Amino acid sequence: MSEPVTGITTPIRMEYRYTPGRTTSDFLKAMKGGRMEGRRCPSCRKVYFPARGGCSMCGREFAETVPIKETGTLATFAVVNVNFANRVIDLPYVTAEVVFDGADTTTMVLLRGVSPEEVRMGMRVKAHWIPKEEWDYSLANIDYVEPIDEPDAEYDSYKDLV
Amino acid sequence: MSDVLSAPHVMEFPYTRSTGPVVGAFLTGLRDQKVLAYHSSDGTVVCPPPEYDAHTVAPVEAAKLIEVASEGVVTSWSWNPAPRDGNPFDRPFAWALVKLDGADTSMLHALDAERGAIETGMRVRIRWAAERVGFINDIACFEPAGG
Amino acid sequence: MRDVAIVSFAQHSQRREDTRNEVEMLIPVIREALEPIGLTSQDMGFTVSGSTDYLAGQAFAFVQALDAVGPWPPISESHVEMDGAFALYEAWVRLQSGDIDTALVYSFGKSSPGDVARVLALQLEPYLLGPLWPDAVSLAALQARALLDSGKATEKDLARVVSRSRKNAQANPYAQLKGDIDEAALLDEPLYADPLRKHDVPPVSDGAAVLILAAGDRARELSSNPVWIRGIDHRIDIQSPGSRDLTVSPSTTLAAKKAGVPKDPDIAELHAPFSSQELILIEALGLDETRTSINPSGGALAANAVMVAGLQRFGEAFNRINKGDARNAVVHATSGPCLQQNLVAVLEGSN
Repeated sequence: MSEPVTGITTPIRMEYRYTPGRTTSDFLKAMKGGRMEGRRCPSCRKVYFPARGGCSMCGREFAETVPIKETGTLATFAVVNVNFANRVIDLPYVTAEVVFDGADTTTMVLLRGVSPEEVRMGMRVKAHWIPKEEWDYSLANIDYVEPIDEPDAEYDSYKDLV
Repeated sequence: MSDVLSAPHVMEFPYTRSTGPVVGAFLTGLRDQKVLAYHSSDGTVVCPPPEYDAHTVAPVEAAKLIEVASEGVVTSWSWNPAPRDGNPFDRPFAWALVKLDGADTSMLHALDAERGAIETGMRVRIRWAAERVGFINDIACFEPAGG
Repeated sequence: MRDVAIVSFAQHSQRREDTRNEVEMLIPVIREALEPIGLTSQDMGFTVSGSTDYLAGQAFAFVQALDAVGPWPPISESHVEMDGAFALYEAWVRLQSGDIDTALVYSFGKSSPGDVARVLALQLEPYLLGPLWPDAVSLAALQARALLDSGKATEKDLARVVSRSRKNAQANPYAQLKGDIDEAALLDEPLYADPLRKHDVPPVSDGAAVLILAAGDRARELSSNPVWIRGIDHRIDIQSPGSRDLTVSPSTTLAAKKAGVPKDPDIAELHAPFSSQELILIEALGLDETRTSINPSGGALAANAVMVAGLQRFGEAFNRINKGDARNAVVHATSGPCLQQNLVAVLEGSN
């Protein structure tokens, strides 16, 4: 108690009412309804899934809405051997960057149904949704992706996303 | 017009800070119910003490800090009608800048007094917290000193 | 020194924005600033923004905002965690290097999602001041009390500032608070953060602003009446509000001297979120209210998008000089509690 003070803790807690904006609201509402929707940039024609405020390359507002398929290609992945706080997934697990068919961007999602030794770039996968009654305004409605019985995609088809 | 989504969002950071020699000495003083100040190169006594002299930019030596009184005079005050998380009181209260006897500058803290009874120039004293840990809240608030 | 001018300005409504996020606010404003001069963001020699992540409550929110610029192929870009006026200062310094001729400055901020007066407590010294969580209104009220106690101003003077702001803002389509309100009606309102009334305190505003700078001949190519930055400087006062005289602003006076503020400029756009602060700034800048139009836009009392309101002062002064309504202006922006840090610039038209 008589030791001099050398440090203090000054925790902060800030409360907000967060609004994701128009584009992301539309995306989340579609997810709630079980639909995967991308948005196309009118300038570079890239389809973003998910889409935020605007094309992050061109700085343009999005134009048309584009339906995205549940199937896709695993562009790249990481095998996770160390758990994060609050994560309760059996180790090791695989985090994948998947480019869903119809999109030109990748989405980070959990990969299941294949051992880490067998995962490879270009694998074809399909989204597995959580039960319909649990769907929310969330990308987490897609629980994970799992491999499907299709030949691997050509590297050229996803090389710009690696 | 507003069919966008919204949701509560909470941001928390558990900041831990090293106090350094001067702030550390000041907080150690508060723990012992002492208020330390710096005798500045221009002759003024600055409380709370700065880490560097404002005129010579020389580092302030903790060992040379001097003690000022725990009683002083209100140099300005304002009424806070909307207390917020972390404030010294959870009811509407006054903030005051107080020049402690022996100091030439003022320090900020809450003042526990009726709004109608507060005026610039009034005498106030420190009300010490029952439990002191080496933190600014070791001063619970200022209170009228009477007389 | 290279001559640097403002050649374009655009702003988003400075009222509450309930639907667009920051990127969605910025995209049309950036386009609106670039279109009149026929350039794209890719043509800019330098891009710099001013904002604070604490407003959105998201770390690196300023990086997300870059989406609005169109930063691909990669652009030369920077950011300050301050009002956009201080980003403008960085752009001005960058243009002095001589290897680029144009710069895009933008700022954005939504004050409405959180409790902005409490968010601003995060800019305080975090050992002895921050842990008490004094909000921005309470601190400004301490400063107002000191001003009133000093005898340099009265409550009627505060009301006069607010009345002028509300009246001037009537001509400003971007302002949030406006109206033909006289001093007597304002003084009938009850005290809120005693000695301040609610109208002495700025509204909670969301906004974005974009301003384009160009140097020398490039400025003359891009605009028929570029508005030249004849001087710019920023200075800071001592950190602890209790260690300085809150009734004066020596840093403003010094910055004004360094910037070369002329006698009786046509207009002054002062970043004074609180009525009491406008009076302190008028004195610090040596302005005569009968000879200089103070805050013809309504100022920050009429709309106060935090992180934008300072850059907006440049834009409002630019608009008036560019149109020929004024020959010159003094522009001021502030940062920190109780006018702690102050930037002053002198603007002048070409014609």
